[in-house]
Formats: sequence, C-alpha cells, structure tokens
Amino acid sequence: MNKIVKQEILDSLRNASSSKGDFVTDKSVIYDKKWTQEQKIERFCQVTSAVNTQIKQTTLRDAQRDLIDLLTEKGVRHLMQGSPSPIAKEITDNWTATDTGVKLRSYDQTIEACKEELFSVDASLTTTVGAIAETGSLILWPTREEPRLLSLVPPIHVALVYEDRFFNTFLEAIEQEQWTTHMPTNALLISGPSKTSDIEQELCYGVHGPKELVVMVIRNN
Amino acid sequence: MTLVNGKDFKGRVHKALKDDELRANFRRAMDGLMGKRAMQFTDGDEWTRLRNLGESIKKRALSKLPELLERLEENCTKNGIKVHWARTVDEANSIILEILKSHDVNTVVKGKSMVSEEMELNHFLGDHGIRALEADLGEYIVQMAGQMPSHIVMPAIHMNKGQIAKLFQDHLPDTPYSEDAAELTAIARKELRREFMEAGAGLSGVNFAVAETGTLCLVENEGNGRMVTTVPPVHIAVTGIEKVVENLSDVPALLSLLTRSATGQPITTYFNMITSPRKEGEKDGPKEVHLVLLDNGRSKVYRDTETRDTLQCIRCGACMNHCPVYTRIGGHAYGGVYPGPIGKILTPQLEGLDEYPEHASASTLCNACVEVCPVKIPIAKMLVRLRDENSGNCPHGEHPLKGRGTKSSTLENAGWSGWAAMNASSATYKVATTAMSRIGNLLPQASPMLKEWTSVRVKPKFAKKTLHQMAKEMGLKDE
Repeated sequence: MNKIVKQEILDSLRNASSSKGDFVTDKSVIYDKKWTQEQKIERFCQVTSAVNTQIKQTTLRDAQRDLIDLLTEKGVRHLMQGSPSPIAKEITDNWTATDTGVKLRSYDQTIEACKEELFSVDASLTTTVGAIAETGSLILWPTREEPRLLSLVPPIHVALVYEDRFFNTFLEAIEQEQWTTHMPTNALLISGPSKTSDIEQELCYGVHGPKELVVMVIRNN
Repeated sequence: MTLVNGKDFKGRVHKALKDDELRANFRRAMDGLMGKRAMQFTDGDEWTRLRNLGESIKKRALSKLPELLERLEENCTKNGIKVHWARTVDEANSIILEILKSHDVNTVVKGKSMVSEEMELNHFLGDHGIRALEADLGEYIVQMAGQMPSHIVMPAIHMNKGQIAKLFQDHLPDTPYSEDAAELTAIARKELRREFMEAGAGLSGVNFAVAETGTLCLVENEGNGRMVTTVPPVHIAVTGIEKVVENLSDVPALLSLLTRSATGQPITTYFNMITSPRKEGEKDGPKEVHLVLLDNGRSKVYRDTETRDTLQCIRCGACMNHCPVYTRIGGHAYGGVYPGPIGKILTPQLEGLDEYPEHASASTLCNACVEVCPVKIPIAKMLVRLRDENSGNCPHGEHPLKGRGTKSSTLENAGWSGWAAMNASSATYKVATTAMSRIGNLLPQASPMLKEWTSVRVKPKFAKKTLHQMAKEMGLKDE
C-alpha cells in the first residue's frame, strides 16, 4: 500500500512542468559574519544574556569551586551528571556531599528505569560541542554518556563550553565539523532557558524545559 | 464537530469586526510582533541578501522535490526512521492510528503541528478512543477552549489573560483564578510534566526535513517539542511534502529567516535535529521514530509553476502579523486551518475554490505580506490569479484549480462582453459614452451589479459631457 501511495505522489510531482531558473544559493551573507576569538565570546555572552542565560567565566582549575558556589547559592540539593561524565575528572572528581551540600547523581540507567529520579533532581551538568556567536547558542550532541534529557528535564541546566570552541555561525559549525558525515541521533542548539510568550505575548521562562540556564565558559587560564 | 469551514466567511467577518475584545487582543499582539520583527532586520542589505538566499533554497528544493523526497526516505530508512506516505488526511490519520494501536497507546502528547490541525487528528483519534493532548502552551489553551489556533505561530493570540485564567479555573482541578502569566505558565508546566512521563507516544510536526542526512528539524521555545520527541517510547512526526530541503547547510539561512520573521528572535530556545531512533546503548529517546509524509493537495499546487511558489512557505506567520485584514478580523474568521494572507492562497488551493470562495477577495492587495515574506512568495499576484480562477475567465489553462469559476456570473460575463464590444469600435464607444452621460445618473443604485459595487463604495457620477465632446469644444481635432 505504502509503495503504491508513494508512487502515485511521486508520479504526480514528476508530471509537473519543471521550475525555471538555476537557483544559485549564495551564502556570502552568512560567511560575512566574522568575529575575532574574543569578539565571538563577547557576542555569545551578550546575545544569550538577553534571553536570561546566566554566564560564569572560569578556568578548569576554578571550575569546581565556582560550580559549588553557584549551586549553593541556588539552593540545589541534587545535581545530575552524565555517566561516566566526560568532565568528571576535571570538575566533579572528589565530590563529596558533606563538603558541598550537593548530592551528585549519575544518569546511569535507561530512562525507563530512572524516569522518576530524573524528573525529581533539581539541576544537571553537561558538556557542549561548542557555541555560536551570531545567535548565542550552545551546540549539544547528546551521547550515551550524556543523554538527551539531561539538558531538558531538570529545572536548572549548567553547561560547560571551552573558549576555543566558539563558532561564528551555525553554518560554520556544520561545515567546519563536517556534520553531514556523522549526524548523531539528536543534535541540539540551545539558546537560553525554556520560554514562552503564548499568553498575551508576555515572556515567561521555564515552561517545559529548564527555568534557568547557566553557561560556564572555561578559559585556558 | 468540525471546526473547519469556508462558508459564511462574511458572517464571521462581521461578527469579528464587532467584537471589541477580540480586536483589541489582535491589535496589541500584531503591533508587538511587527515591532519585534523590525528590530531583527534593521540592516536592509543583510535582509535582502538573506531572503534571496532563503527563496533560492526553497525554489531549488521544490525544483527537485520528487528526487529529494526519495532521498529523504532513503536516508531516514537507513537511519532507522520508518517513512509513511499519505495522499489524503484520511490516509495519514489511519497510518497514525495503526501505529498507536500497535503499541496500545492511550494518550499521545503533541508538539505544535499545523499539519495535524489540517488532519483534524485530535478529533479523529478521540473518535477511536485515543486521547491526543496538546503540549505547546498556546495549543494547550486552545484545545482546552475547544477551539482552533487563530495564528499559526501563536495559537492563543486571540485570548487575553482574563479569558485564559477563567478557562484554567473551570477546567483544571484546584486551580484558583489568576491573571498572572507566569502563574498560568507554571500551572500548565505542572499539569503537563506527568503527561510527558506517562504518554505512550509523542507526536510532532517538522520544520525542515533534510534529504541529505535524513534529519528532522524542529523549532521551538518551550521544550515541549523536545519532550514529546524524547520521553515517550514512540515518536511520530507528520509533515507536508513541501518541507523537504536538500542539504543540512541549507538549514541555517531558513532557520534565521523563520525565527526572526515569526517572533523577532535571533533564534528560538531549541533547535532540535533528529536523525534516528534510540541507538544501542543510548539511555533515552524513542525506540521507534515514524515520519508521515502528507500530500493532501500539495502535488496539485505543485503542478502549476505559478501556484507552486505557495509551497515555498516556511510558516513564519509574518504575512498575517502585517496584514491589515487579519489584524481586524482575527484568525478564526477565515474558517480554515491556515489564516491570513498565506491561508488565503493556500487553503482554496488545497480544499478548492468552491469550498473557500471568498478568500481571494478578502484582501486590499496592499502588498504588506509580500514585502515581509522571508522567502518572497508573490502572495498578491497569487490572490489575483485566484480571483481570475474564481471568475472562470482566466487565461491560465494548464491546470485549473478545483472549483474554478465558482463565482462566475452570467450577468457579470455579459457585462464584460458588452464592455469589450463597446470599446472595440469608435462608433459603439461614442454611442455608449454619449448615452451614459445623458442617462447614466438615472440608473438606480439597486440595479444588478451596481448594487454590489455601491454596497461599500459611493455610486460613480457621470459627467454631463464625454471627454470627446469636451475636447471637441476646446477645438481639438478629432482623433
């Protein structure tokens, strides 16, 4: 049945007269958007701050302390990270609840087994593939270790981005990193906390996804 | 209960025009949206180049549509996404029902999808004992009110806080009346979280389907789109066949045009690219992903190279935000799924001019929609084409639309034939104009055709002398 229907639709399209023109797509308007390394970080911070993202600039050495301060200030009790977390060694190693007041959890089971737990933790920590200066977006490619829902379900999402991973535009990221050769199950651009303005166009944060997004920009020193 | 109906358009228009609350809600919202969009395109050169790019990407994709659809299917299948083809909404609905039945699904949570509105899917599933729950806040509100979206991007734009507060109070247990938008949003968040966890399947639309990689792209701000495509064990995506683009590198320009034109945002909170179901070892995501490709009249729109441009639409809604008619009558008056300028050209083409005879005339041809369209759809030109099709007198012979000639009138045709004959020779012209200058003003306002013309216009007044007579008197030589 499916094949017959498909054939009928395709035949109908093929019987149409062909469009005129050669449709050259000139992408220079996007390629023209270029900034220096520092400008890219600055622009990213400025654009994403405008949609309520909180920015914390830090270094690998200070990241753990800064993260703990941040979580304590927000009253976070449970922080969920990937399993094994790709940043455990640098940031969450030697993490003890008694020192920090924040219990560390791992997303170490399938969603079917840990749904209740995932929907009850109050913060999550993930890495990113990089960030986009033009639109103030984080690029996430969720993995087996850091699953898709880690950046969506908990009310506070803390994301780390390294200073040498800033792209000018989304197009640059796609082309430079040759996305088309190895698209993951799910790729995401995240630009701020979840939001809506469906009620009288009044902006409200935290509809279905995180109410707060914190980006920690990891500087080399 | 069907909410879609093209008849009695004028009746609904008159009702809407007299509804002060509705008009105030739309005026406020459209002013806001126009202002925000304008802030995004302050650089005229960038806007011109970007929309040229957007237009060429969509035109290129349409120029090889059958080939790209096959590539999309091939790559999706390779990635593990099951692809289904549907000629009609009935076929699409049945496909979805079968999938849901095979998984014993009781509740399906939905992300925003205009195609599913086109299918009246919620209603269909409800008849088969399956609950379809809208999760986008605007759609959630509209569903609760038993209505249809009045705007393709902002479904509940016709309602104000008071109306929504009352709705929540009446429909949700233990919910006090509150006009605070943040509080109303928090109520919806709480109600829907459990639904995401427990639903047997999730359903979404598609903004761009990438043929090159077999990737389905979704644009959203709330996170409900990610929820419905990630938490439940089955994800079904529905899309019109025109949403396919050739390459992943085509997506950034269209995404930028879409979000900036729609809501004046540089980008939405989430841009969600789905390329496969959950792979071995991955901990979340649906185990099955289905893609339903719906034709529903689109291949007919495609047949004609002029009407084909309609399919370039990326559903940003900028045309309605800038439309003086839409702003005054709101989305529901149109009686179709797609309101505003794009609805006026798309709906009669999909459903037939006989079903929506008034759509093409409900425009002043002011061109505002054409000026803001990010993919340069010649909406005004298309409206004129549809008016010609309506009258049945158009020279576009190749592929007549369904319902061509639906407003054709013998009297009007005779009038035009007479007009043509009168202008064909100087003798008949002279006789006719002389006669009109003598007795034209005696024509009663209620005479046929003149009656319709003068219902919203002043009756034309004939001069006592014709131009030729005056010219002669001035001493000008005849012709």
